[in-house]
Amino acid sequence: MSDQNNHQNDSRLILRVENLSKSFGGVKAVVSVSFDLHEGQLLGVIGPNGSGKTTLVNLITGFLKPDLGRIVYKGKEITGWAPYRIARIGIARTFQMIRPFAELPSFKNLIIPLYSPRVKALSGGKYGDLDAVAKDYLEEVGFERESAVTYKSAGSLPHGYLKRLELAKCMALRADLVILDELFSGLSIAELASIVPIIEKLVSEGKTVIMIEHRLRELFRIADRVVVLNYGSVIADGVPSEVMERSEVRKAYLGSE
Amino acid sequence: MKQKRKERIDRGIKARSDDVFSLNSFREMLYVAVPPLAPVLLLTILPLFLPSYWQKVLISTCVFALLAMSWDFLVGVGMVSLGQALFFGVGAYIAGVSNKILGLPIWIDLPLATVLGGVICTVLLTPVLRLRGVYFSMVTLVLPLMLERIIEATGIFGGTEGITGIKAFTNPFVESYVIIFVTLFALFAFRRLVTTDYGLVLKAIKDNDRAVMSVGINIYWMKAQALFISGCVGSFCGAFLTHVYGFVGMPSFALDYSILPLSSAVVGGMGTFAGSFMGAFILVPLSEALRGIGGLRIVLYSFFLVVFIVALPEGIFHYIQRKYQQFERWVEVDK
Repeated sequence: MSDQNNHQNDSRLILRVENLSKSFGGVKAVVSVSFDLHEGQLLGVIGPNGSGKTTLVNLITGFLKPDLGRIVYKGKEITGWAPYRIARIGIARTFQMIRPFAELPSFKNLIIPLYSPRVKALSGGKYGDLDAVAKDYLEEVGFERESAVTYKSAGSLPHGYLKRLELAKCMALRADLVILDELFSGLSIAELASIVPIIEKLVSEGKTVIMIEHRLRELFRIADRVVVLNYGSVIADGVPSEVMERSEVRKAYLGSE
Repeated sequence: MKQKRKERIDRGIKARSDDVFSLNSFREMLYVAVPPLAPVLLLTILPLFLPSYWQKVLISTCVFALLAMSWDFLVGVGMVSLGQALFFGVGAYIAGVSNKILGLPIWIDLPLATVLGGVICTVLLTPVLRLRGVYFSMVTLVLPLMLERIIEATGIFGGTEGITGIKAFTNPFVESYVIIFVTLFALFAFRRLVTTDYGLVLKAIKDNDRAVMSVGINIYWMKAQALFISGCVGSFCGAFLTHVYGFVGMPSFALDYSILPLSSAVVGGMGTFAGSFMGAFILVPLSEALRGIGGLRIVLYSFFLVVFIVALPEGIFHYIQRKYQQFERWVEVDK
């Protein structure tokens, strides 16, 4: 099979991004970004507004085609694949602008990932009663079982519940790599306190997580490693505490004097 | 300051009969059974005493109801079609050609036109599946007009003359009951389909197609399936009317078959199929009834259309449903 290539000796490597570049017209959104990601890691991707973080997510998940570079997932090159194919091999993502399937009740929102061919294949070719499974996943992210929030239309949910619903979608897809695009934005401290344990649980189950974040303090508490982007390029890559000490990172965030 | 606010509350009988185990009186059973049984009974009885002219009106009403439901189904997947005439015309020509030129009997060419028509329409529209909103609508509007001109210019399938002498149904009752059965079947099948898991995925594509893609579902494949289902229904309509008239020609691609289903669905209430069904059963007979008054017919018809849309923008079906399930009262609130 084609996935038996030169990466097979490093079984812990889950994602390798090589020289990824993308420009929109004259704007270089992502410039030669490279990094490796190992299974079970929680990688934070930070950077000022417009530094190319969301473009990077869109490139990895296939919503944009890169101009240059390669993306290798579990030893298989996935550069240029359609988004649904990438999702099928186990990469789930959330969107920065959260738009649930507003007219459906919360638990019915999970029917969509549960209906995915990936879940069907993983559960032995059968779909079965998805409603019950959907409610299980909702309970896992803190929707009280048989409570009103489970049945309310997703469009009327409070912000904190919406974010948890997004996480439940990634879990329902049984993804191995979960990419969270600004999950923490707009959440109160109390809401954060209920979401962070869910992410920690994902990692403890062996999932790999990439978090695009602006809320650095909360991110640094859980991230193993941080990649800093500025003007589309990686300017730092390392352990959170040490990355923030570097002068180029401080300059990117605070501006030079 | 005291102000008044309208309050809507579910009727007791609605709340009680939501749960099937609590149907403990004849009245509650009727409450649940009457709405689905009413159209079935009505359509079963009507052909028995309608005069032959109104029999034909009933047939074309059913055809427009089917077209409206197939339009409504596509809208539910986020595809606003302005060209149900494409489906209709393709089905009509397949039936005409296979019956007259290939000599197939009605009972073979009707299903053939239904399925083959669905396939052809899906293939024709596949290149534009990626288009959304008004761009998709524009292509669907243009395609039937284009096919019409191709037939005119090349003279294939009888050109401007069309194909005449296609076999008609021998028995008018068979004719009526075939279309009535298909219409009722489509009504209940569509209503059931959109509540299944499959239907939910289709609905989700309309809500947020990127989110559906991001969980590993190929939305273009799903949309093609929806087009096929809608195309089959539309093609059946065309094929059926071809056998009723014994003729197929360029008018099969006429704008009427695109616009009237659309207005039926809007007047009746979108997203319920029952609304499309009701809309057709109001608009088509209305248009026939106005035939007697001559020149001002279209003016009056348009006037009614505007009245319906302005007075009941939610659609007739949604209005009736609400009145059936809820009562309203004015309550005083402190401001």
